[in-house]
Amino acid sequence: MKKTVYSVIQGNSPAYMALLALLGFFVLAAMGSSYYMEHHGHVVTGMHNKVVWGIPHVFAIFLIIAASGALNVASIGTVFNKTDYKPLGRLSALLAIALLAGGLLVLVLDLGRIDRLLVTVTHANFKSIFAWNIYLYTVFFGLVAVYIWFMMERKMQPYYRAAGIAAFIWRLILTTGTGSIFGFLVARQAYDAAIMAPMFIIMSFSFGLAIFILVLSASYNWTKRPLGDAVFLRLKNLLGVFISAVLYFSIVFHLANLYATEHHDVEHFILVSGGAITAIFWFGHILLGSLIPLFLLYHPHTKDNRSMSNLAALLVIIGGICQVYVILISGQAFPLELFPGMEVLSSSFYDGQITSYSPSLPEITLGLGGIAMSLAIVAVGVKVLNFLPSTLADQSKS
Amino acid sequence: MSEKNNSHSPERRRFLGSTAVLAGVGVTSGISLVELAQAKPDDQAVNNSIRWGMLIDANKCGTDCSACVDACSEEQGWGVSQHGGSPEQDPGWIRKVHLRDKQTGKETSLPMLCQHCETAPCVDVCPTGASFKREDGIVLVDRHTCIGCRYCMMACPYNARSFVHEAITDQKPHMPRGKGCVESCTFCVHRIDKDQSPACVEACHKDGHQAMTFGDLNNPESPIAKQLKSQSSTQIRSDLRLNQGVRYQGV
Repeated sequence: MKKTVYSVIQGNSPAYMALLALLGFFVLAAMGSSYYMEHHGHVVTGMHNKVVWGIPHVFAIFLIIAASGALNVASIGTVFNKTDYKPLGRLSALLAIALLAGGLLVLVLDLGRIDRLLVTVTHANFKSIFAWNIYLYTVFFGLVAVYIWFMMERKMQPYYRAAGIAAFIWRLILTTGTGSIFGFLVARQAYDAAIMAPMFIIMSFSFGLAIFILVLSASYNWTKRPLGDAVFLRLKNLLGVFISAVLYFSIVFHLANLYATEHHDVEHFILVSGGAITAIFWFGHILLGSLIPLFLLYHPHTKDNRSMSNLAALLVIIGGICQVYVILISGQAFPLELFPGMEVLSSSFYDGQITSYSPSLPEITLGLGGIAMSLAIVAVGVKVLNFLPSTLADQSKS
Repeated sequence: MSEKNNSHSPERRRFLGSTAVLAGVGVTSGISLVELAQAKPDDQAVNNSIRWGMLIDANKCGTDCSACVDACSEEQGWGVSQHGGSPEQDPGWIRKVHLRDKQTGKETSLPMLCQHCETAPCVDVCPTGASFKREDGIVLVDRHTCIGCRYCMMACPYNARSFVHEAITDQKPHMPRGKGCVESCTFCVHRIDKDQSPACVEACHKDGHQAMTFGDLNNPESPIAKQLKSQSSTQIRSDLRLNQGVRYQGV
């Protein structure tokens, strides 16, 4: 096998500058939104005392779980010794760090008191899964940074597999931690399920790989570097497997809920009567995010078309955001069951009622800013360090 | 007749008046001394010999009465949004809920507030420990360390917490409230520490409903402990086994 040669992108074309400017614009808009929300209070958002986590958290959670999934490509090469994946390891690790940074940016900028961020370090409550997550994220940054360094530094080659294994194990713990943020909320009908943590892991596989495929395609298309079918088809087929797995977990999750009578009402709300939530579940998560991508990836007419595969990856991302939205918002919009067997005739704090949530522009801008931040980090990263192989052309042709 | 005249004499009137004033001063200061003797000095930490609790008798709770809610809002300085937010963004430290049993049709009215759980989910999930439980069982939010992440609101099984969505003016000196922080019922901790009842309990009594009893659950001689021992009561969502400080009857 030929030795892989990595090189930075030139990054001086008007198109590259325009890309950076566009991403920068979204990041600045997110900063502005955050300042606006901080200045006026969350009264300017659509979030309220019932739906306390809104669109910013949908984006943040999506990016954080995608981050650990993006590292998968590197792990397959390093941990499982699949040589075909090894050239992709550096980009995979860079993307993982970038997505995590983007997600955390959104999460932090939505806090009621951003100025007190350091309190999380000085006053940690280790019984809180949130506090664990702060350390899970920090260590993840460190481990992946070391992993990248070992991949790039010839002298560190003997240790790079160990670093890769450590990062791989840590990413599993990290996503379990993210899933557990919801899984441990025993009081909420929609969240109280042990399957939540493994489901988040499989979601991370799918979302992370979809973003990786798009970033890889864009990088190689725009820099006119060869990207062979061997690499692309492998990734594409893997994405198909992951989409199926997410769909399987989603079905099992809802079927398990349907088995328990106490969850019938919340399931009816999500699957049938939830209005926007129901539409986002069926059209966003199931149709756009699962069935159409599977069709595009496997149908004889489209399976060899790269544009169609890229479209499938894009749909997986949109569907993934929809899936996180349904999980997050439905669990809050659906009322808590405080008085079993009782009907709430009136309440001055919306007991027993399904509450609606309409995201405001600053919230959406903040979420998009997180994605822009992640992509900007990748765009700058590939310009300053040797993340991208000069060619990913098929071996037999070279 | 002379006796009657005598009783209205100016001297006798002055004497009675001054005696009444003296008696009043004496009684009041006596009460104050008793209160002070029971109140905790400010420099002394609370301890777990006391566990404050509340018993709410829904049978006595007036359907159209909102005295407890009004008193809480007045005492702690929360109310409707000042900057035109949505109604769901308004704070709600205590609320009235009107229920009907689906089987029997029996209607029940009751106030819902922070249940001051012994194993409070809000305390468990708070990343900074801003949500905390005092030794005497009162669950509070430390406004200096709350970062406004709202995880406690996600975890609370009772929807008992509110997020301050806007800048607050006209705050009460004893209850600083800050934009971007989470807040909830404090059991009127500032009053309890002075041996007074929470504002809601006082208002309920003043209105003649007597639906709320407040006291020390650990003291077998306290009225609340005696009632709980002699009469059946329930905890809302007792399946979660949080051992709440707030108990209900007639639900």
